[in-house]
Amino acid sequence: MSTEEQPLLAAVALHKAYGATPALDGASLAIRAGEVVAVMGPSGSGKSTLLHCLAGIVRPDAGAVRYRDRELSAMPDAERSALRRGEFGFVFQFGQLVPELTCLENVALPLRLAGVRRREAERRAAEWLARLEVTDVAGQRPGGVSGGQGQRVAVARALVTAPRVIFADEPTGALDSLNGEQVMRLLTGAAREAGAAVVLVTHEPRVAAYADREIVVRDGRTRETVLADR
Amino acid sequence: MSIGQTFLGLLEASPRHGYELKRVYDERFGQGRPLHYGQVYSTLARLLKSGLVSVDGVEPGAGPERKRYAITEAGVTDVRRWLAQPEKPDAYLQNTLYAKVVLGLLTGRDAADILDVQRAEHLRLMRTLTRRKADGDLADQLICDFALFHLEADLRWLELTAARLDQLATTLASTTPAPQAGPAAAQAGPAAPQGGPPAAQAGTAARRGGSTGREVSA
Ligand SMILES: Nc1ncnc2c1ncn2[C@@H]1O[C@H](COP(=O)(O)OP(=O)(O)OP(=O)(O)O)[C@@H](O)[C@H]1O
Ligand SMILES: [Mg+2]
Repeated sequence: MSTEEQPLLAAVALHKAYGATPALDGASLAIRAGEVVAVMGPSGSGKSTLLHCLAGIVRPDAGAVRYRDRELSAMPDAERSALRRGEFGFVFQFGQLVPELTCLENVALPLRLAGVRRREAERRAAEWLARLEVTDVAGQRPGGVSGGQGQRVAVARALVTAPRVIFADEPTGALDSLNGEQVMRLLTGAAREAGAAVVLVTHEPRVAAYADREIVVRDGRTRETVLADR
Repeated sequence: MSIGQTFLGLLEASPRHGYELKRVYDERFGQGRPLHYGQVYSTLARLLKSGLVSVDGVEPGAGPERKRYAITEAGVTDVRRWLAQPEKPDAYLQNTLYAKVVLGLLTGRDAADILDVQRAEHLRLMRTLTRRKADGDLADQLICDFALFHLEADLRWLELTAARLDQLATTLASTTPAPQAGPAAAQAGPAAPQGGPPAAQAGTAARRGGSTGREVSA
C-alpha cells in the first residue's frame, strides 16, 4: 500500500468478541478513496464483523476505525448515524428492500430521508435504476422481482446518495453465476464511475476478482500476502 | 513437478540415502509412477554438481547407493526460494502445490504462507481475466470464464487445504519414515528408531502457520 496517500477508511488492530466467542483478534486494513477491496476468508473468520466495525454498525472492544481524520468510536451516536446515511451505502445478501414500497420508491427512500423532495428523489432514483439496467421493475414491489433484479435495485439504492464507501456483504451470495456476474459488473462499474470505494465481503474468488486487491481474514486476523520478488 | 526440488526439500528435513529418497518420493508424491533409479542418481549427481547437496557419509562397500546425502546452505536457500515463489497458475498444478505444502510442513516452514502466496497469484490472474472480459465480446467472455472457473476450483482447493493443515501435519508426522541414521547405525540392523525430527517438526509448523482447522463454507 502506498504511504503517500492518506487512506479514506482505516481499521487498526480491531478486537471484538461476542461473549466468549472471539470474532476479531487484531484486524487491520486501510482503504483508499475509490478503491475496490475484497475481504475474503473462511466462514466464521470475522469478515462480516470487520465490515460492521468499519461501517460503524458494531463498536469494537479495542482498536480504532478512522474515516478521513475522524475516529468512529469517538463520535456521538447521532453523528455516526448521520455519517452512515450520508457517506456510506450498504448492499447485503438479501432482505434489505422495504417490501411495501415499489422498487423506485425503495431507491428514492434514502434521498427522501435526507429531505429531498419526492419528484427530485424519484427522478434520481429512476436514473440509477436505468444505470443498473432494471428500469422495467421500477413500479413493482421487491417481492415480485427476481433475486438478481432485487440485488441491482439494492445497488441502485446504495449508490443514490453518492456515498464515498459502499459496504457489500456477500452481495451475490444468493444469486446464480450469471446474475452474480451482472451484479458485480454493475456494482463495481457504477462505483468506479462515481469514485466510491467498495468494501466487498465474499468467499467466492470469481466475485473477489472484480476488486482491485484482496485482504484475507483468518481467525479474526487480517493476513497481508507479500509476493516473492521475481 | 521438479524432482530435484522435491529431493532438496526432503533432504532439508533430514539427510537420506538415494534409495530412501526414492522410497519416500514414491510413497508421498509418486502417484503410482515410481521413479527409476537412473532418475534418482542423475538428479542427485546434478544437485551435487551444483553444490546444493553434499555427500554426508559413505557406507563401506561403496557404489552410488551407499552414499548418504545432505542439503547444503545453498540448497536450503534454493528450497526457500522455490517454496516462497508462487506457481504460474496453470492446469494440473496439483502435484506441485501438494508437494510444496508437504515439504513446507516437513521442513518446519509456514505452510499457510505457501498457500496464501499462491492464492494471491491466482487471484491476480483472475483479476486480469475479469478486466479482459469486461472489454471483450461474448467469445472473449466465454473463454475468460472457462479459465476463471478453473482457477476458482484451484482456489477452493487451496482454501480447503489451508483449513486442513493441522490434520495434514499430524498425518505426515505419523507416516513419514524416519531416515536411517549414519553408516554405523545402518550396519547395526534394521531396527532404526522411528519418529525422528522431521515428523516432530511437522506438528509445530502447522500450528505456527495459524491455520484454522475450520472448513470453508460452500
Ligand atoms: N451477533 C453475534 N452474536 C454472537 N456471535 C457472533 C455474532 N456475530 C458473529 N458472531 C461470531 O463471531 C465469529 C465471526 O463471525 P462473522 O459473522 O464475522 O464471520 P464471517 O467471516 O462473516 O462468516 P460467514 O462467511 O459465515 O458470513 C463467528 O464465530 C460468529 O459465530
Ligand atoms: Mg459473514
